[in-house]
Amino acid sequence: MSLIDKTAAELLRHLAAGDVTSEQVTKAYCDRIEAQDSRVQAFLHFDPRRALEQAAAVDAKRRAGHKLGKLAGLPVAVKDVLCTRGERTSCGSKILQDFLPPYDAHVISRLRDEDAVLLGRVNMDEFAMGSSTENSAYAKTRNPWDLERIPGGSSGGSAAAVAASMAPLSIGTDTGGSVRQPAGYCGVVGMKPTYGRVSRYGLVAFASSLDQIGPMAWTVEDAAILLEVLAGHDPRDATCASREVPEYSKTVRTPIEGLKIGIVPEFFGSGLDPQVESAVKSAIDVLKKQGAKIVEVALPRAKYAIATYYIVATAEASSNLARYDGVHYGWRSLEFSDMVDMYSRTRGEGFGAEVKRRIMLGTFVLSAGYRDAYYVKALQVRRLIKEDFDRAFEKVDVIAGPVAPTPAFKLGEKVDDPLAMYLSDIYTVSTNLAGNPGISVPCGFTKSGLPIGLHLQAGSFGEETLLRVGHMLQSHTDWHERRPALQEN
Amino acid sequence: MFSREQVAKVASLARLHLTEEETGRMSHDLGAILEYVDQLNEVDTSGIEPLAHCLPIQNIFREDEVRPSLPVDEALANAPKRSGDFYSVPPILD
Amino acid sequence: MSLPYKILIGLEVHVQLLTETKLFCGCKTKFGAPPNSQTCPVCIGMPGVLPVMNKRAFELALKAALSLNSRIATYTKWDRKNYYYPDLPKAYQISQYDLPFAVGGGVEIETEAGKKHIRLIRVHLEEDAGKNTHSESGGDSLVDLNRAGTPLLEIVSEPDMTEPAEAKAYLETLRTLLLDLDVSDCEMQEGSLRCDANVNVHVTKDGKVYKTPVVEIKNMNSISAVERAISHEAQRQYEAWLQDGRVMGSSPKQTRGWDDIRGITKAQREKEEASDYRYFPEPDLVPVTVDDVLLEKVRKTFRESSAERKLRYQKDYGLSEYNANVLVDKGRAVADYFDELLRLKIDPKSAANWLINDVLAHTVGRIKVISDLAIDPVALSELILMVGSKKLNLNDAREKVLPEMIVSGRSAEVIAKEMGLEVVADTGAIEAIADQVIQDMAKAAADVRAGNMKAIGALVGQVMKRSGGKFPPAMVNEILTRKLQGG
Repeated sequence: MSLIDKTAAELLRHLAAGDVTSEQVTKAYCDRIEAQDSRVQAFLHFDPRRALEQAAAVDAKRRAGHKLGKLAGLPVAVKDVLCTRGERTSCGSKILQDFLPPYDAHVISRLRDEDAVLLGRVNMDEFAMGSSTENSAYAKTRNPWDLERIPGGSSGGSAAAVAASMAPLSIGTDTGGSVRQPAGYCGVVGMKPTYGRVSRYGLVAFASSLDQIGPMAWTVEDAAILLEVLAGHDPRDATCASREVPEYSKTVRTPIEGLKIGIVPEFFGSGLDPQVESAVKSAIDVLKKQGAKIVEVALPRAKYAIATYYIVATAEASSNLARYDGVHYGWRSLEFSDMVDMYSRTRGEGFGAEVKRRIMLGTFVLSAGYRDAYYVKALQVRRLIKEDFDRAFEKVDVIAGPVAPTPAFKLGEKVDDPLAMYLSDIYTVSTNLAGNPGISVPCGFTKSGLPIGLHLQAGSFGEETLLRVGHMLQSHTDWHERRPALQEN
Repeated sequence: MFSREQVAKVASLARLHLTEEETGRMSHDLGAILEYVDQLNEVDTSGIEPLAHCLPIQNIFREDEVRPSLPVDEALANAPKRSGDFYSVPPILD
Repeated sequence: MSLPYKILIGLEVHVQLLTETKLFCGCKTKFGAPPNSQTCPVCIGMPGVLPVMNKRAFELALKAALSLNSRIATYTKWDRKNYYYPDLPKAYQISQYDLPFAVGGGVEIETEAGKKHIRLIRVHLEEDAGKNTHSESGGDSLVDLNRAGTPLLEIVSEPDMTEPAEAKAYLETLRTLLLDLDVSDCEMQEGSLRCDANVNVHVTKDGKVYKTPVVEIKNMNSISAVERAISHEAQRQYEAWLQDGRVMGSSPKQTRGWDDIRGITKAQREKEEASDYRYFPEPDLVPVTVDDVLLEKVRKTFRESSAERKLRYQKDYGLSEYNANVLVDKGRAVADYFDELLRLKIDPKSAANWLINDVLAHTVGRIKVISDLAIDPVALSELILMVGSKKLNLNDAREKVLPEMIVSGRSAEVIAKEMGLEVVADTGAIEAIADQVIQDMAKAAADVRAGNMKAIGALVGQVMKRSGGKFPPAMVNEILTRKLQGG
């Protein structure tokens, strides 16, 4: 078994035991990227020399007998939305094509503190707006299971990098499903923690009240290892919880006997692909066999989640993205007649179609005369949606269902129909609206070999429970051990 | 429907230059999306407090302690146009 | 003064709070630093960075609102006010929209016409923008973000003022109050106190009241400019009404800039969607709840007000109203200097006299802190004490020693000795000379003995003359009296 087929947990054990060096591990992934990324196109910025330098430094530290961090020597791929000091942080956008942040995002600092190797920066939908990674200004990332298909989005690069064995771990961000949906489409694990569990400092904002950073990996255990590093208080983010971080990597193995798993009947209604439905139901059966109790719960307002989400998220985005105006950093149009024209042309040229669409929608729903009817109304429905979840989680520990209504679709299939694209997030956006954690765990494949994901949600700070349930599923299935058959050079 | 005039008005508010073609496309797309989100009117929200923050976190402050600022060159390093130690922008009329 | 209209004036005052750092980041707020030297990713509004509220800024804001008798909200939050301008790097200002931390309250003002209560609408806490410098020649404008993110308190009054003089009194009262609280240094020249005025006039004609459209006046850089701008604008509105008869509601609120040199207000370019700020709750900040414990903590930081201090000077130290007013109105540094002299055991009346008649007379320039005064209080106290203990003549001390102390920075004792001004208070030496003089001027001595006290003057004069003026006259008088009258 080659190094790149191992899990992060296995690699960490080998590194700790001295069976292998970080340079060897990092080299193996660099080689894989060089061999496969021309097809998958997951990486936007990848510099093997810098990755190997970091690896060598960790190896030297280990040889010198210094205390090492929890991810010592392990390569991690990072979504291009997380600011990294002195490294091009473009968010998949032309408007930030040359932006070099003079600071590290909190999670980047955490990776450095724990001696991880920053392997490279992966592709995404521009400013994390999209469900297919087709909205990147730089590359169209492919689904490693079928290169004709999209990897999901917006963290498509993060999902594809892990699925193509180009990184053992990656970091994505999730505003409406952007970690979980691509994880489901690419057959890997992806988690969105509770809002406030991970500091957003240095995460380039899309929708500030919804954005969260989450881990992606082949196994739930690996995701737990990474979450343990990412989570925790940061005084630079006022919305970050000060609650202690559990040892997810240990508690992940706790049995699930007696846990109550909620099923929402409407989640299995029309529009759900039958192959997805049967895979999700089989996974729930596996959990039932392990001692979980299955209980029906109702989320009566969940059907309004997409509408609510697209108002709240775009309103915040219209404001968050207003700063890209060609004055203090980023792209400035080359031709303009005056100040206002400079703003408009810079933004008109710098942003892609989907970002413009969302800025327009968000600006409109906040504008005079429409604010109450759209924005305030959406915030009211948001409260009702959250209350539905709160009530459900009084009865059950987790809610299980599909991550997305269909498996990964083809490139170009939905680019001209924004609404159809938005509906691929129908099961995931409500988690963000309620601020709850959610995880996508591989639970099967379609007949044509496309991965299917199980979506598990819990109440506020229920990460431990989600990881336990996900790990239990993986202990009794082998979906996560399959690898896409990528052509070798 | 979301007319081209409405698109133009919102685009000006958002400082977003749109081509003729983009304007037409936007008029169609926003019309469709707004029609979809109109389903929220089915929900009775009378007396419901809007939810802006999910977590019940309150009263987060920092102490009034000085932290180092960026050196001027680092602050201005990403500026598209700089003049001396200032950001430079097209003339602003009063 | 009788105008054919009534003016209605509401003022929007912005004051920068006296914090060490900005509202949402740790950058300094020092005035006059080199351009863009006090900025960081947060106040430059770089992607991904987040604001965290400065605790002291909020407490100073509470302190100001409490002393304005505003009602403090138990729950408050911040909102984004969205608009594009190069000095606003995030393209939104973090401000307060529907739930300001304080509402209501008011200020008592006094003009020649008497006392009046000016009501406040609200007080809120927001961040300042940076500064744009416009080029005269039409070249690029320059942006400095040092000021961006400085904590700003906005105090909005009801349109309760009806005379420009009331606006002036309101600003002066507010300024004194905020200075007393140590909440802001209120320097209009440096922009730490800024004022916009909303003005319109009511004209009564044939029993009907016509209200002209409200105009917001900006760019007023001193309190007197505010007074002049309002007078001019009121008259301009009246004349415009005579011309076009336009009344409130017929057009949107206009903004006009004050041109101090020409003494006129000029229409500013209308921003088409200027009023559409698309406010919404700032998701990066969390709400703040205020309870009695916090309010009590803030109340404990209240200092004596100027009025209270004046009263204390009169009641406790017996100063005249005039002197008490001078000491307090010259600025807190002067009153603090006075208190310092008292702490150095100087008697209140001489402290006040020295400070008002001598120290202030020797002081040039602006007085903001004690060290701005001509002489250090400890050095001055030594001089005053020398006079008090009769080691130095009052006149010599004032005319000769003090000026030399100010110039050279040396101590009173050294200078007095050097100038030979030290008074010798040696009883033995005085008695010896007094005995000689009594002998030499037997006639005068006999007169004194016989009860003619007027004759003692000549004797005192002679003793003083022989001492070279170094004996304290009172002591000489006392010794001679004792010797001749048996004391």
